[in-house]
Amino acid sequence: MLAAAGAAFFLLPLIGLLLRAPWGTAWQELTSTEALLALRLSFVASLSATALALIFGVPLAWIYARSAFPGRNVLRALTVLPMVLPPVVGGVALLFAFGRRGILGQWLDQAFGIHLPFTTAGAIVAETFVAMPFLIISVEAGLNSMDRRFEDAARTLGARPWTVLWRVTLPLVRPSLVAGAVLCWARALGEFGATITFAGNFPGRTQTMPLAVYLALETNPDAAIVLSLVLLVISLAVLIGLRDRWLGAS
Amino acid sequence: MTLEARIQAGVSGFELDVELAVRAGELVAVLGPNGAGKTSLLRALAGLLPLRAGRVTLGGVVLEDPRAGIRVPSERRPIGLVFQDYLLFPHLSVQENVAFGLRARGMAHAAAIARAGSWLDRVGLQIEGGRKPASLSGGQAQRVALARVLATSPVLLLLDEPMAALDASTRAAFRRDLRRHLESFPGVRLLVTHDPVEAMAMADRLVVLEHGRVLQSGTPADVTQHPRSRYVADLVGVNLFRGRASHDIITLEGGGSLTTAGAADGDVFAVVHPRTVALYRTRPDGTPRNVWEGRAVDLDLEGDRIRVRLVGSPSIVAEVTPAAVRELGLDRGDRVWVSVKATEVNVYPA
Repeated sequence: MLAAAGAAFFLLPLIGLLLRAPWGTAWQELTSTEALLALRLSFVASLSATALALIFGVPLAWIYARSAFPGRNVLRALTVLPMVLPPVVGGVALLFAFGRRGILGQWLDQAFGIHLPFTTAGAIVAETFVAMPFLIISVEAGLNSMDRRFEDAARTLGARPWTVLWRVTLPLVRPSLVAGAVLCWARALGEFGATITFAGNFPGRTQTMPLAVYLALETNPDAAIVLSLVLLVISLAVLIGLRDRWLGAS
Repeated sequence: MTLEARIQAGVSGFELDVELAVRAGELVAVLGPNGAGKTSLLRALAGLLPLRAGRVTLGGVVLEDPRAGIRVPSERRPIGLVFQDYLLFPHLSVQENVAFGLRARGMAHAAAIARAGSWLDRVGLQIEGGRKPASLSGGQAQRVALARVLATSPVLLLLDEPMAALDASTRAAFRRDLRRHLESFPGVRLLVTHDPVEAMAMADRLVVLEHGRVLQSGTPADVTQHPRSRYVADLVGVNLFRGRASHDIITLEGGGSLTTAGAADGDVFAVVHPRTVALYRTRPDGTPRNVWEGRAVDLDLEGDRIRVRLVGSPSIVAEVTPAAVRELGLDRGDRVWVSVKATEVNVYPA
């Protein structure tokens, strides 16, 4: 009984969403200017965040897995902190780092005239901050579990460290890399708290889908439901795509 | 071209301390039980395990010398290492595996693939180069691994338990095959194995390694005739004693003494073949110079003989016929008289 109640607890909201969906006008809602702007921005921002996470997260994961230095564990804990940190707190912290008065933001402003808060770039930074840890821990786990003797074999065959990384290590951890990138992207796509705090809520600039859903709920519930369904479908696709890793299905 | 190595390195749990010289043309097998440090030795030579002290030179070129601050990285050593489980890159095709070393040296892709194909031919593999390693049999994988290493034209070829991953039934055929490939290799060859048959069948010289140290080195015949460790004695199936000789009496380390036919002085090894150990119900008279009482603790049928393990001073293993055991009425726990002729005690300096 308790298990059934538990299952229902997860199923009912989904059913509610499907029942309330305005199927007749769904396409219209989806192709409205506001929705399209949010959709486009969400994809641009989340894919950019994933790209940034790959560029900075993979080397970081590699350092965590392959080198020992004092403070490594503390640093690792700090980099995965955003996974458990309330996103709003992350947004506030980002403001104090990259905001106009922030430690780095001040300098960015004076030296380059770059303002991150309340810009699309700011939304990307917020999403990267929250989502990158998913990529880091997945890649680090992959690096830790791979047979490092393959790297040894590559070296004795004459491969320099860079060649070993590109031709052996990364291909061998590809499943972890792909899973980490997909998780990271899904998290970035759903980001709300840090984005609205750090980047604000400007349609076309920083108003991503989750923000649009939240706003539309008051003014245009149908649009909110349709956008929610789009996010739901994407989440399901991610889950199915990663089912081998999580659900143990063949 | 000679490999000269003095290796001191800390391996998890013990200390590797080995001195080794291998000439070109000679095939040396390092023989030792599991955990003796054989793989660590190869890793140290290949530059994958840093030395704490010592020196490795190949053809006069210093590859590593911690005191002089020299350490040539693995990728720049002219050394090929065939790993125990071959470690073919699972994401690359067979051809790309063999071409890997050439590509790493900057050869163009097409040329490297062509060369890889000819190396696959040379090791006698008629398979499609596009196949992935996962689809290969153990024997095929071994040859691909060999081709992959030979394609980089190493000066020193290291093989780690080359037969261990193969079925026992195909081992003999592949051993002959591997020996042929190794014979046509012009550089310095060193293989490690825990399988004495493999070592004896392949090598010109054996180096016996135990607990990270060389216990003995010599031709297979020399090593088996003059074991210097319990490990080798057990492999050959003989009784090995160590003691101090004074003229024709050896006082044994584990208690008891043996009388020999010759004269010697100082620390010696003494070997007694189990077949020359005779057993009696009552104390025998006559020529045998070594007679003592022992208790049979184990009887094992081996071939057409029974190996009887006796505890006494000294303890010894005898090999007798089943008929003799019946005649003696010998059973586990029984006390019997052991006798060994002085002429059957083979003595050599320790």
